[in-house]
Amino acid sequence: MQTIEKTPELIGQSVGRLDVLEKVTGAAQYADDLPFGKDLLYARIKRSPLPHALIKSIDTSKAQALPGVKVVVTGQDFPNHIGLYLKDKFIFARERVRFVGEPVAAVAAVSEEIAENALELIDVQYEELEPVFDPEFGASLDAPLIHPDLENYEAPNFIFPQPGTNIANHFKIRKGDVQSAWEQCAAVVERKFRIPHVQHVPIEPHVAIAQMSDEGKVTVWASSQSPFAQRNIFAKALDMSQSDVRVIAPLVGGGFGCKAGVTMEAMPLALATKARGRPVKLRLTREEEFYTNFVRQGLVINLKVGCDENGRLLAMENKMYWDGGASTEYGVNITRAGGYSSTGPYDIPNVKTDSLCVYTNHPIGGAYRGFGMSELHTAVDQCMDELAEKIGMDKVEFNLLNCVKEGDSLVTGMVMHANGLQECIEKVAAGLRWGENAQAGAPHKRRGKGIALAWKAPAMPPNAGSSARLQMNEDGTGTLAIGGQEIGQGSFTVAAQIAAATLGVPHDWIRVAGPLDTQYSPYEWQTVASRITWSMGNAIKQAAGDARRQILEVVAEAWDEEIDDLDIVKGVVVSYKTENETPLKDLVIYGLPNEDFTEWKGGPIVGRGSFMPTYVTGLDAETGQGERAVVHYTVGAQGLDIEVDLDTGKIEILKAVAAFDVGKAINPELVAAQIEGGFVQGMSSAIFEEMQLREGHMQNPSFVDYRIATATDTPGEIESIIVEVPQDDGPWGARGIGEHPMIPTIAALGNAVYDAVGVRLEGPPYSAERVYLAMVDAGIVD
Amino acid sequence: MAYQRITLTVNGEQETVTIPGHMTLLQMLREELVLTGTKNGCAAGECGACTVLMNGEAVNSCLVLGAECDGAQVVTVEGLANDHRLDPLQQALIDAGGVQCGFCTPGVLISARALLDRNSRPDESEIREALVGNLCRCTGYVRIVEGVKEAVKLEAAGVR
Repeated sequence: MQTIEKTPELIGQSVGRLDVLEKVTGAAQYADDLPFGKDLLYARIKRSPLPHALIKSIDTSKAQALPGVKVVVTGQDFPNHIGLYLKDKFIFARERVRFVGEPVAAVAAVSEEIAENALELIDVQYEELEPVFDPEFGASLDAPLIHPDLENYEAPNFIFPQPGTNIANHFKIRKGDVQSAWEQCAAVVERKFRIPHVQHVPIEPHVAIAQMSDEGKVTVWASSQSPFAQRNIFAKALDMSQSDVRVIAPLVGGGFGCKAGVTMEAMPLALATKARGRPVKLRLTREEEFYTNFVRQGLVINLKVGCDENGRLLAMENKMYWDGGASTEYGVNITRAGGYSSTGPYDIPNVKTDSLCVYTNHPIGGAYRGFGMSELHTAVDQCMDELAEKIGMDKVEFNLLNCVKEGDSLVTGMVMHANGLQECIEKVAAGLRWGENAQAGAPHKRRGKGIALAWKAPAMPPNAGSSARLQMNEDGTGTLAIGGQEIGQGSFTVAAQIAAATLGVPHDWIRVAGPLDTQYSPYEWQTVASRITWSMGNAIKQAAGDARRQILEVVAEAWDEEIDDLDIVKGVVVSYKTENETPLKDLVIYGLPNEDFTEWKGGPIVGRGSFMPTYVTGLDAETGQGERAVVHYTVGAQGLDIEVDLDTGKIEILKAVAAFDVGKAINPELVAAQIEGGFVQGMSSAIFEEMQLREGHMQNPSFVDYRIATATDTPGEIESIIVEVPQDDGPWGARGIGEHPMIPTIAALGNAVYDAVGVRLEGPPYSAERVYLAMVDAGIVD
Repeated sequence: MAYQRITLTVNGEQETVTIPGHMTLLQMLREELVLTGTKNGCAAGECGACTVLMNGEAVNSCLVLGAECDGAQVVTVEGLANDHRLDPLQQALIDAGGVQCGFCTPGVLISARALLDRNSRPDESEIREALVGNLCRCTGYVRIVEGVKEAVKLEAAGVR
């Protein structure tokens, strides 16, 4: 852990993004833009039409005989389980299919059309099994088993599968004494919420191209947030050395979690292993993008919270049934995160949580911006709103009283670090003019305000690492090699800023080496969990500090001075003692000569850095208690001022205010851009989005039927507020902010709708139709 | 398969290509002319990532057949900058921070270009309406709209 030292001038400056010129001219290359020549084969996937069935037979002979078809593979050829946490998935289904859209076979052909035509010629015979679509039922002993082999699956020691059931992970919190606490409560609220499945929908669909060389090494080019995690999973899937698997990841056209871990990328790789050296490309259609890849899991949550007569929270019982889908390889850890953060950012002494990851015959759940927190907070913050009202307390006052503060014992027993949550709440309340009644703009409209809090920790294995390498160039610039991805959030710009600030050069003297390439880029676990600015930032700071130290050592020796008297300022090494100076370009490659050029010192400068949190502890399997569950929490608050149209149920957001404590904003404009974009994504999920799953079949897999927010839907005003209470283990105190802005939005909207018209829905989306019908049910409109 | 030979102007250059009759303008641009700045986000005319100017109008190039473009004037994102001088829209979008992952950016720029070409002083609601067919998942549109407003000012001041 590092101490927080003086912050360089460049840290906290909103320097311009380094990746935008190529993005506005069309020069930026994404995976689909890479050229592969005439040898390229095109893959299409044969998918299960059934939610749950045994595969009785697969006949691929007719497809194989179709002219132009080069490779056909099935699960027969790939027996290894894959998965990020719980290894419960095959590349292609073997023996059993578990969701509509599950890959059963794949074809590589000389054109996409031929590959598509070949799919029709693959004959798969199924024997249907009883499906499971409701996670609450799925968790019961009456439900048919979806993974009878659960006991044989490999899982990390912090995941607790329950063999003989559909429960892939059961995370428990047993803190204090909930039973006796209820007796002391003056007010109790109990509610059930259902949060539907939603989809990430990056505008760039998944694309991956794979090729195997004659000597059996493989290269995969993919739109990927996780080239290293993918390399590791590919190697294990194919029984290969990680060093013989190379993943190249160009710029990503939006990820939001769906391009983390491995989903479709293993399929072109599987085909490539039998394609005699030809590259094989798979590009998901938008329809496939909607229901065949990772989704945000649905959640059924039963929540009970209570407080004393002064509004002080006393107890919570939280039972979460996560709809993990057909495989829970990634979802098991979302369940865990939902469990160890299950109180939301509220200080509650007595807690009983059961967070269950349940197999169903729905699409596979994966990471989605917030990693379970949007879903959890939807319930927690609406119950808090209701509880405040019940005990007769102003919601903001209630939040300020009960929110987690430095030194509090959190739900896991971890002690809360310094944070600016109270400041966030106060600033959001001020921005929202909380307590002032404003009138609706028309007689048929009702105005309402809502506020919700958020917290989230990076959810990852305890020892997820980062590394960085700074190589100096002849002209004094530096090439920064990193493994963290640019997925739109501005990571390359912040990376360059951190390196430049540490080294002592202007930010545009640092070039980030791209595309990411596991053969040349240093290791990074994954670009997920809002962990890059913090974790990779620490590694970059160390790499640039290492380069700086090497440079100053060379100069100190050449000038016969003390290192402490030297500095690097705007690319020039200066001595504060002798006022000697030399530009970096004169020494970072060629070293420095002595006076008569008979001897040289130094040589090419390469700085290296690595970071891994070493201080995260395990949690007790029965109580969920431990010393330090996570590295840290980023906290914040959000408020909405809305109008609801009584005639139509349509919601209009007049103003959104959001404040987050980022520890230190390395680049404030990029932070504000995350707050705005994240808010609108949250708003979109709150008002419009729902994967309509009927008997396992998605009814709305297109942008027409699955609407996301457009340019005409965003509020008139979004106020972004940055709060900075430094983090002890972050670069200059920085914490991540990528996911947090969308976490409180559904709850804030639910609270605002309640304030406006007095109804609460069981869950999003707050579409005009659903709000209107809820108002009809409540007798507010006829 | 029926092939057709067509001649069109793309970003000011005359091009002659022989393409299958069912090939879309999007495929023709990306695969035949290697202009990969125009993006494929849905191939169904729903996301706007493939928007190009065809005879001055913004169109979803995934919904236009290449064969329909015989004699047409097509402008893609690669054709916006003039001799390495950025179009005011490109500069303004950079300055406003309206670019994140960049995948929707080419389509956004083209739709905005079509707007400013037909209406040099659009107000905010006209800007938002013009961009309603260009989905963006990163920015929340806030800075995109600011960027277009800024470009309106730049062009009113004679930059371009």
